[in-house]
Amino acid sequence: MAKAKGAVEINSERCKGCDLCVVACPVQVLSLQPKEVNNRGYHFAFASNPQACIGCAACAAVCPDGCIAVYRIMPER
Amino acid sequence: MENNEYIKRPENLVYRKPRLLNDNNMHYCPGCSHGVVHRLVAEVIEEMGVEHKTIGIAPVGCAVFAYNYIDIDWVEAAHGRAPAVATAVRRLNPDRLVFTYQGDGDLAAIGTAETIHAANRGENITIIFINNGIYGMTGGQMAPTTLEGMTTSTTPYGRRIDLNGYPLKITELLAQLPGTCYVTRQSVHTPATVRKTKLAIRKAFENSLAGKGTSVVEVVSTCNSGWKMSPAKANEWMVENMFPAYPPGDLKNEE
Repeated sequence: MAKAKGAVEINSERCKGCDLCVVACPVQVLSLQPKEVNNRGYHFAFASNPQACIGCAACAAVCPDGCIAVYRIMPER
Repeated sequence: MENNEYIKRPENLVYRKPRLLNDNNMHYCPGCSHGVVHRLVAEVIEEMGVEHKTIGIAPVGCAVFAYNYIDIDWVEAAHGRAPAVATAVRRLNPDRLVFTYQGDGDLAAIGTAETIHAANRGENITIIFINNGIYGMTGGQMAPTTLEGMTTSTTPYGRRIDLNGYPLKITELLAQLPGTCYVTRQSVHTPATVRKTKLAIRKAFENSLAGKGTSVVEVVSTCNSGWKMSPAKANEWMVENMFPAYPPGDLKNEE
């Protein structure tokens, strides 16, 4: 069976750059911005490798600020 | 860069921030477990459809501003007195879902009497207990639940048993009381444990609505600012050091 394909949408202004989603992601989709910061001065998370996303929502489950929305399509569709 | 934009359509949505968790930026430190538990509480209330009849009681502690983040009715209690206020609210409004949201300094030190007696009376409330082993809000002082040898700002050489006593396992104490119907200890450091905690909170809320007695959900949490670690490191430290003293699992589950 082919893998499900997913996408994440991160509210970068709400993100505090705590790194927990980066650690929780099983397929290493996310990273923290190395240089850019948001309006509150945090190095926010972004999808550095969006093609690998499987839409498992592990990042959203551990995000303390609810910044992450997750979308997924199953391969059958 | 991202050519998977076509996936981001409403019909493919798997997860988004619950509606009850509003857009105010939380004041919690980056990586604080409070945010996760707030989100779970909001999700559970939303899924149960009881937002119009839920009253939360937030006492003093980091969660003192919980009313800014979850769109339900809140009552602010004095430090440690949340179970006493919750008793009154629930007795006067027997059809409401009443829960308290307390930290370890609040529940296990300042409000020990209120907590134990509310649980002993079997009040139909839910107590959500965030145990991070430290007074996070006031600057990382020692709490009753601080581990032996743990460095805090008031025990700079580590907590000593001969001087400060043993870590207080208040959840085990509450499980002994006949008034409690559901006592559990969970954590929120991985996606799997977050989902288990959500189920525990849901079960506790259902028990409260059904009037089965007091439900206690302890969440072993991190305080990365107080522990002076990064959030990811604090989660590892919690698994290594907090779990031997506070093992996760159900302590009491009466049907």
